[in-house]
Amino acid sequence: MSPSNSALLSVTALHKAFGENQVLEGIDFTVHSGEVVALIGPSGSGKTTALRCLNGLEIADAGTVGFAGGPEVSFSAGMKPKAAQILRKRSAMVFQGHHLFPHLTVLQNVSIGPIEVQKRPKDQVLAQAKKLLARVGLEAKADAYPNSLSGGQQQRVGIVRALMQQPDLLLFDEPTSALDPELVGEVLTVIKELAQEGWSMVLVTHELAFARDVADTVVFMDGGVVVETGPAAKVLGTPANPRTQTFVQRLLHPF
Amino acid sequence: MDSKWQLFLDSLGPLALGAITATIPLALISMALGLVIALLMALMRISKNRVISSIARIYISIIRGTPLLVQLFVIFYGMPSVGLTIDPWPSAIIAFSLNIGGYAAEIIRAAILSVPQGQWEAGYTLGMSRTRTLYRLILPQATRVAVPPLSNSFISLVKDTSLASTILVTEMFRKAQEITASTYEFLLLYCEAAAIYWVICLVLSALQNSVEGRLEKYVAK
Repeated sequence: MSPSNSALLSVTALHKAFGENQVLEGIDFTVHSGEVVALIGPSGSGKTTALRCLNGLEIADAGTVGFAGGPEVSFSAGMKPKAAQILRKRSAMVFQGHHLFPHLTVLQNVSIGPIEVQKRPKDQVLAQAKKLLARVGLEAKADAYPNSLSGGQQQRVGIVRALMQQPDLLLFDEPTSALDPELVGEVLTVIKELAQEGWSMVLVTHELAFARDVADTVVFMDGGVVVETGPAAKVLGTPANPRTQTFVQRLLHPF
Repeated sequence: MDSKWQLFLDSLGPLALGAITATIPLALISMALGLVIALLMALMRISKNRVISSIARIYISIIRGTPLLVQLFVIFYGMPSVGLTIDPWPSAIIAFSLNIGGYAAEIIRAAILSVPQGQWEAGYTLGMSRTRTLYRLILPQATRVAVPPLSNSFISLVKDTSLASTILVTEMFRKAQEITASTYEFLLLYCEAAAIYWVICLVLSALQNSVEGRLEKYVAK
């Protein structure tokens, strides 16, 4: 699906420092409805921090994160974490380390949020959960505990848990970086299907081939700033900025 | 020899009665109250508010830094000097609960901290509050970590209830002392009391194993 013109998410002038370490020095980007945005960049470029700000897991020192139709959060240093919680009504997060709850079954993992926080009807939530688990090929694992699953299966459950939030925007924080190489494919396949269905998403990734395949827009970050933004084929194929060129070259041709 | 055997058998009833009516209830009530205090202190201790965490830190430091026997004496023999006379039973329960509260607080705190930060974040990202994340996600996982050391504390407490004999609570050990007062069979009676403590602790250890087994169900084999 090609992105429509309406901006779903606007990020402006995000600043964040951890102590002396200035991680974000003014990040701007936009996600349109149905658009897949890949945040790429070297380690320490601030892309994960930027993504976490979108979900209020990190409180930026300055800048705004705003969804179409609200809420908009204006960050300030020393702001109460509670003030950023409203962002979680619009976006859902898939973590690098999946962070499934080991004491709950797969079905409980993906339904606890909708049932206990969103207060949606239990039977409706469980039916949706089973449907989504079936979609990612894990209907047989509904009553299993996460630790009995492979890394790829765990991450697929993590994706279902995020989908169950019925968010407007999916956030992926290096969803395959913690996986064994042979398990990466099954997770990327699910993400790609979701992208094709028209889900809006922001994806922090090191998988440049995947980003080129799936993302509409690539945002290249380095040193806490956005160095280059543009269509995926352009930024990853014929980057304009020398820093982007170096980074893309190094990742696509490591040897 | 026969008369000793007879004394052993005759004493079993009173000692068991002491265990059932005093030692065990004293330990159970104190453990339950102590765990409530401990959970509260553990949560205060990990609070970001400096004043709140300092209060818990000082409490834990005093409890762990002073002998249980002294704590008992301060409450039972000391408090009347400031016009607060407390009966033996309540005194014992207060002292044991406060004591468990201090020790178990550190166990619970460590157990909470052993749950990875990502679990908190996963709860938050589902829209959960800090409190709901704590009760639904963190504490259930912390429990598995806390059960073995808490069982240890409970077993220690069962034996420490014998100190209540010094403030006139007629628990099992005081029963044994009373019998020795008329028979002078110190070795026999004290060994008999020791054996009963041991049996109680064996039962508790078995219970601990079964609880641990149930909590392990979700851990990877």
